[in-house]
Amino acid sequence: MSLTIDDVKKVARLARLAISEQEAQTAHAQLSGIFGLIAEMQAVNTIGIAPMSHAQDVIQRLREDKVTEDNQRELFQSIAPQIEAGLYLVPQVIE
Amino acid sequence: MLNSSLQQISDALRGKKISSVELTQLYLNRIATFNGELNAYITVNPDISLAQARAADTMLANGNAQPLTGIPIAQKDIFCAKGWRTTCGSKMLHNFISPYDAHVITQFNNAGAVNLGKTNMDEFAMGSSNETSYFGAVKNPWDRTRVPGGSSGGTATAVAARLCAAATGTDTGGSIRQPAALCGISGLKPTYGVVSRYGMIAFASSLDQAGPMARSAEDLSLLLNTMAGFDERDSTSLQREKEDYARDLAKPLNGLRIGIPKEFFAEGLGSDVAQAVEAAITEYKKLGAKKVDISLPNSRLSIPVYYVLAPAEASSNLSRFDGVRYGYRAPEYTDLADMYEKSRAQGFGAEVKRRILIGTYVLSHGYYDAYYLQAQKIRRLIAQDFVEAFKQCDVIMGPTSPTTAFKLGEKGDDPVQMYLSDIYTIAVNLAGLPGMSIPCGFGANNMPVGLQIIGNYFAEAQMLNVAHQYQQATDWHSRMPLLEGVRND
Repeated sequence: MSLTIDDVKKVARLARLAISEQEAQTAHAQLSGIFGLIAEMQAVNTIGIAPMSHAQDVIQRLREDKVTEDNQRELFQSIAPQIEAGLYLVPQVIE
Repeated sequence: MLNSSLQQISDALRGKKISSVELTQLYLNRIATFNGELNAYITVNPDISLAQARAADTMLANGNAQPLTGIPIAQKDIFCAKGWRTTCGSKMLHNFISPYDAHVITQFNNAGAVNLGKTNMDEFAMGSSNETSYFGAVKNPWDRTRVPGGSSGGTATAVAARLCAAATGTDTGGSIRQPAALCGISGLKPTYGVVSRYGMIAFASSLDQAGPMARSAEDLSLLLNTMAGFDERDSTSLQREKEDYARDLAKPLNGLRIGIPKEFFAEGLGSDVAQAVEAAITEYKKLGAKKVDISLPNSRLSIPVYYVLAPAEASSNLSRFDGVRYGYRAPEYTDLADMYEKSRAQGFGAEVKRRILIGTYVLSHGYYDAYYLQAQKIRRLIAQDFVEAFKQCDVIMGPTSPTTAFKLGEKGDDPVQMYLSDIYTIAVNLAGLPGMSIPCGFGANNMPVGLQIIGNYFAEAQMLNVAHQYQQATDWHSRMPLLEGVRND
């Protein structure tokens, strides 16, 4: 299975990355090389092997459902690109 | 003082031979002199550092100092530190002043250590040469035409060039061990879950682990004592008894079984690196250890598996950078989608974008089973190889990197060649095992060679013992690069 330029553009859109025609072509060549490296994996027989997502067999801890953090809105918004009246500003999405 | 161990520095501070302010100023002066050329630090903030030093001097005067109190430690710029610019080597965070401290930073602050500055790194820790940093490449202090390794390249150069007493790094596929090897210092990646990832900017969450980088195994043990420990804010932090990682340093190595994986000495290994590593193993035999031949048959698959899993996790983790709440926002855009796409396209560098694309692709509809799930299954096979191997040996040894430091720009155009330089380190992250690198000689062009030591789960104290005994018998770790001609002025 080989990657096409259209695949690269589609994936870039899914990942919310603007990509020019030139960049798509460069990315296509490099990604094809990387998928060539990854292809070695496909020949391995993994029937009956459980996927490993964590190095240790641990159970996900849960915490009590209570507030642990102080409200630091002003501090957090002091580093935002654009705010107004305590709200984060983005381009209008609803007419 | 520059070549003293952390214990000796600690003793000097307690004995009033030097103050923390004097020591901090000494390092700040060295940074001012050498950093313009080496580019090891992204940010220094002398006001904050010296204020911490004054507080440390008060702790020392009051007699309530801990082992690291007053010692200037550099922090990889992946750790959020309150009031410090924290960039992760990216334009995306070039203006991000962290509003909170990472757990690792809190631990050092509580110990009274001085934060000396934030060290350069590959962008979002994605790289093996420190050339992907938005803030420019770091130079190897042994030869400034060569890379320091990555992603913790700024830390490795800072430690090797004595621009800090010690420092921190993080390791997702070799990012502590490989730069430690290429810069001739010691570095330890602990067992996954030993050091909290809270406040450490995430790359691949199931692989990322923080660890210390320093001039000796003894120094590493003191640093790990401060860094390790349970933290409820990291859901993968392990609840374990507190350990003293220095407890076994002095143990003799009689009868130690060293596993030598044949796959680590096959095609692709530089002959100069092989020679230095084999000499180190011979030295271990003199110290009473025995060599055991082992095999890690699936280790060759670790690079393909890693380059599915790590980008997949990265594409998910890096989706938080959207130009809304913090970080870079494109100056011009037409609508919300355009703002996301332009902010991310302009804020991320080429390697980061490449990995986001790979990750998004392997997680997308129709490919998940063939790539992501298959990689997770092979990950288990790789981990099982180590379980089998540790039935026959106590530690595993081999090279950290197939070559010594390569030239700046040498592997720039070909990501695949760059990825292959992590061939010996990645399997350790996939298995979640602890691994370290210590200097074991010099190869071609007089560049340092690293010996990799891989331990069983939670065997950090034993690995530090194994490394320390070698460093008692040899002096590779105390060699220092000459910095003549590096001055800014």
